[in-house]
Amino acid sequence: MSRYILSRLFQALPVLLIVITATFFLVRAAPGGPFDDERVVSPDVLKNLNERYNLNDPVSVQYLKYLAGLLKGDLGPSYKFPARSVNELIASGLPITFELAIYALIVALIIGLVAGIIAALRMNTKWDYGPMALAMIGICLPSFVLGPILVLVFGIKLEWLPVTGWGSLPGDKVLPSITLGAAYAAYIARITRGSMIEVLSQDFIRTARAKGLSQKRIVVVHALRAAIPPVISFLGPALAGLLAGSFVVETIFQIPGLGRFYVEAAFNRDYTMILGTTIFFSVMIVAFNLLADILLAWFNPRLRIGLSS
Amino acid sequence: MPLKLKVKHFVNTTLSCVGLACIALMGLQSACSTDGRTPVDIGNREGILHLGNGAELADLDPHTTTGIPENNVQIALFEGLVAKDPKTLEIMPAVAERWEVSIDQLTYRFYIREAARWSNGDDLTAQDFVWSYQRALSPALANQYAYQLFVIKNAKAFNHGDIEDFSEVAVKALDTKILEIVLENPTPYFLSLLDHHSTFPVHTASIKKFGDLDERATRWTRPGNLVGNGPFTLHEWKINRILKVKKNPLYWDHENVQLNEIHYHPIQNVVTEERMFRAGQLHKTNSLMPNKIDSYRDAKRSELKIHPYYGSYYYVFNTGKPPLDSVKVRLALSFAVDREAIVQKVMRGGELPAYALTPASDTGYTPPKLHIFDPAKAKKLLADAGYPEGKGFPEIELLYNTQEQHKRVAVAIQQMWKKHLNINVAIYNQDWKVYLSSMKEGDFQIARRGWIGDYFDPNTFLDMFVSGSGHNQAQWANDDYDRLISKAGKTADRSQRMAMFYEAETLLMNEAPILPIYIYTSKYLLADSVENWPSNIMDYVSYKQVRLSDAE
Repeated sequence: MSRYILSRLFQALPVLLIVITATFFLVRAAPGGPFDDERVVSPDVLKNLNERYNLNDPVSVQYLKYLAGLLKGDLGPSYKFPARSVNELIASGLPITFELAIYALIVALIIGLVAGIIAALRMNTKWDYGPMALAMIGICLPSFVLGPILVLVFGIKLEWLPVTGWGSLPGDKVLPSITLGAAYAAYIARITRGSMIEVLSQDFIRTARAKGLSQKRIVVVHALRAAIPPVISFLGPALAGLLAGSFVVETIFQIPGLGRFYVEAAFNRDYTMILGTTIFFSVMIVAFNLLADILLAWFNPRLRIGLSS
Repeated sequence: MPLKLKVKHFVNTTLSCVGLACIALMGLQSACSTDGRTPVDIGNREGILHLGNGAELADLDPHTTTGIPENNVQIALFEGLVAKDPKTLEIMPAVAERWEVSIDQLTYRFYIREAARWSNGDDLTAQDFVWSYQRALSPALANQYAYQLFVIKNAKAFNHGDIEDFSEVAVKALDTKILEIVLENPTPYFLSLLDHHSTFPVHTASIKKFGDLDERATRWTRPGNLVGNGPFTLHEWKINRILKVKKNPLYWDHENVQLNEIHYHPIQNVVTEERMFRAGQLHKTNSLMPNKIDSYRDAKRSELKIHPYYGSYYYVFNTGKPPLDSVKVRLALSFAVDREAIVQKVMRGGELPAYALTPASDTGYTPPKLHIFDPAKAKKLLADAGYPEGKGFPEIELLYNTQEQHKRVAVAIQQMWKKHLNINVAIYNQDWKVYLSSMKEGDFQIARRGWIGDYFDPNTFLDMFVSGSGHNQAQWANDDYDRLISKAGKTADRSQRMAMFYEAETLLMNEAPILPIYIYTSKYLLADSVENWPSNIMDYVSYKQVRLSDAE
């Protein structure tokens, strides 16, 4: 098992190096620089600014300097927010984005599992079609549509919940979590339903029924345990997707997370910030996929044995 | 049927589970209760003003930043020698309680208030201004607004590194409280530069604690480190979340400051900002999206505020590229644009049609009214240029930076040119930074531009088009124009100066390197509980007199 984890880690390193190199050169290939402004910057000032941020060096030298800094864990200063380092900005946005992703995942799991189980138990009835139709809508409805609808209904019409913010007003975390979690809830519902239907028709469920176990026990203890692995293998990419994909929700709800930095950095040609966040998200995605694979192996005895031998 | 019952039971359990989860999520919030009151309600009671403030601030250093959101906070934390009356825009005493001007209008002597203090209790002296101006002008700081001080004798040479000794720059402390400044030429708008953030004093001792005086972006602007001299002090700054300032008890005029705190909310998304306003989270929005104006206007909502703004929206012609190198072609294109139709049918936000570059204002300057819509004249000009009925006119391109509003204006003008001149103009858009790069490289034929006046004087618009200016993307050069602008800069007599500007602007319009379209308006939402919010053409704000009424 540990050998499997190690080999997966080594596979990840070249992927990260390629991501860093490609991003480094691509952002510089885009027209416009970090200090271009509508108010034209005088050549003297521009020279001093470039000097300050090593942008007068040849690109190859800049690249090596960047890699050297990276090895020390230094992502450099942000060009857009010059008084702050990229490390500091990521550290300020990450806990919020992470918290949002976790809440969204909880929302997705609760709604998705429950809807999926109900649909599977009452296959081909309104209890099946209803949740599954909703799930389809959930998948199709992008968060930039769902978010404003929720805000209009619960924030402005009913005045139950704040329309923006994160941790500054009571209840302001509810709508963003639901908005971000909805699409994933829909996926989880569909995966759970499919997996549950397959499991419920298997022999060991019939045996459990024959033993006279309660329906609740059959569903929760026996069927769900067998039906859950596909959901778990979805969770890794889902969490990575939630982290990297939170920028839309962060923008709608004015949440000071990492996603907003990422998108704005690209528009601002904030080279170091783009690189910093890209590297960070790639590490996250690689790590969560790895974690999902390990969890999956742990849940599935056949896979576990296969890896150990 | 037992199974059905169980499903029902299951559904019930589930619903309660989801409900519990929601409550759990809410439980993670702070436990305080607001009794259904919004932040605006609470703010009205406690004297806390909530402002939407656009983009997150790059920094708070008044000598390195350039943005309006930064300025909105800097004017709370710092104060210059003079200020403007928020209603009339007349110059008023601020840190300087009075000043004397020599007869030749070259020497200014400022008397700094005895009561002027830094927020840490230090006395605010004339020497603080000398050090601050030295810092603002030092080449290594790369202050983009250093040119605001170039009217001071030798300031430009020092900033360009031609002089290394700052004592040669004509800023002197004659006494602890007397500051003398000598100018290069008589500059009638000099005083109006002195409330710009680039001329604010900074507390050099506290800056030196965190690095060199001319070092950019050190930690001196953080809460706890920043020492200012304005009506408020920095209390909290959480990036992309909130910036809070509190009333400064050491400010010389603190008795007249009505607000206890200002909370600046960085919100770039205008849709979100409008929703926050409706939900009672903001007293004032930074802007308002155009498609919301009609609904507020139709409902006669008192919160909607629209007033003219000291800025122009125009197209610039690349005069180096045919067929736009021909004055007749440029004039034909300009006369074929129906500006009334654009402001009334496309913009719909109270904008004014622009027939010259400079907006009309109370500066004592009325710009010439040229280029009034005249399709017949436009046709004739185009024929004279060798393209009768648009025949043989090459297809040209119009560039704008990606934004819905710019697109709508471009489409309207494209159709006007097709209809009145029978010519085809392709329109295309570029992302902001790509667009800026194209402008810099001169890689365009016609492009959208906008300019907001830095100070209240026609010079802020007209000196853009002197030859070789970084803002003259038209590549247009005219010796007479250059001479007039330069002469106006050295003329002390106001009416003579304005006459020179008028002549220069008439020349500019007759040569038409640009096509003015409309004069901007400032559009925002303001809660009824905010009293004395200033409304003026410069969008100049002073928070001192602003107060909040608590209706309850």
